[in-house]
Amino acid sequence: MMTVIKDRGYARPEALVSTEWVADHLDDPAIRVIESNEDPLLYSSKHIPGAVEVDWTRDLNDQLRRDYLERKGFEKLMSRIGVTPETTVVFYGDKNNWWATYAYWIFQLFGHTRAQVMDGGRLKWEQEGRPMTTDVPSSGSTAYRAPERDDSKIRAFRDHVMTHLNAKGQLVDVRSPEEYSGERLHMPAYPNEGALRGGHIPGAVNVPWARAVNAADGTFKTAAELRAIYQKEQKLDPKREVIAYCRIGERSSHTWFVLTHLLGFPNVRNYDGSWTEWGNLVNVPIEK
Amino acid sequence: MAEYPPRLHRLLSRVGGIADRQERIQLLIDLSKRYRRVAEEVARPPFGDEHKVPACESQAYVFPVPNDDGTLAFHFAVDNPQGISAMAMAAILGDTLSGVPLDQVAAVPTEVVYELFGNELSMGKNMGLMGMVGMVTGYARERLAGAA
Repeated sequence: MMTVIKDRGYARPEALVSTEWVADHLDDPAIRVIESNEDPLLYSSKHIPGAVEVDWTRDLNDQLRRDYLERKGFEKLMSRIGVTPETTVVFYGDKNNWWATYAYWIFQLFGHTRAQVMDGGRLKWEQEGRPMTTDVPSSGSTAYRAPERDDSKIRAFRDHVMTHLNAKGQLVDVRSPEEYSGERLHMPAYPNEGALRGGHIPGAVNVPWARAVNAADGTFKTAAELRAIYQKEQKLDPKREVIAYCRIGERSSHTWFVLTHLLGFPNVRNYDGSWTEWGNLVNVPIEK
Repeated sequence: MAEYPPRLHRLLSRVGGIADRQERIQLLIDLSKRYRRVAEEVARPPFGDEHKVPACESQAYVFPVPNDDGTLAFHFAVDNPQGISAMAMAAILGDTLSGVPLDQVAAVPTEVVYELFGNELSMGKNMGLMGMVGMVTGYARERLAGAA
């Protein structure tokens, strides 16, 4: 049985809350529970009472350029979901919180640090038979003033990745081994997230993102187990910068969360351009 | 719109007529409730890999059962309680393509997923749903080839 969060040895255990904690705070006005899923039908089918939905395609992305929303869009989103700068947001979702940590990461670009992730996500909540509803809360709009999005600390762009690569910096490719090896390039009739070349950024180690969770209930592995994967097995040095990437930056946001909050690596960036950018760039180095 | 078998065509017209995203989602959720797991007379777990939909993280399986008229009835199993989209897809494919002439089933393009779910699906989700369509049309093509 998984131990309680505070006993797992995480660097920042406060980044996680348990399902039990969330159940105890459903009526807490200082808390806003946010569901972010891959499956667009899930939230509407049922969700945690009082939870609002943040959809990764509609709410977090710029609808024209390949980029995230900007300050005004973020303010509008926060107002719509009833969040103030003082509100603590708690993310959860399907697929072991894959999309929840993506939303979490984007919220950090705007400095909303009152943020936590519900350990185990939707899977654990459902497994425990906790209440769910189809009622969508009427949150009432709030006033939210956000700073400009700050891409300088936890986000990496391609030029930074190239400099990092040339300096033999640490890279983690969190895709599947088939994607990492270049065996799987892109799917037929699936041009949106494909790439012209397969393989990985030279020097990147391969740690599929889901290795960080316990498949049975979606909870995060203990710090010791995570250290065994990232530090002992893959020799990542916490003192040096790490850049994580996947295909479009969602899976790697999960690894960013693990390295940053659970293991306490001080300098981790998510390269959201990821393989759909790198694998299509002209004249960049690729390794297979 | 490609030429689809009549029942599928009617459903796509219905979905296409819904401008509101939330309404479309609700319709798909309602359809997912019509999903019925394959009966034990047809298939019992553990299901063979030959029935497993490739690239579907929801662990979906497709089972074709021949009808007397030479068509196929399609049955499904979705081994993920959170696989609502996969359940909706299973219900749609089972309802609209079972008993349909095989050449019509074989001609259904995998892109029908976009017409049902829109363009906002992730790559993984899209691949899984397209894989379900591909399995169904593949079974139809196999049977057509066998009959030739």
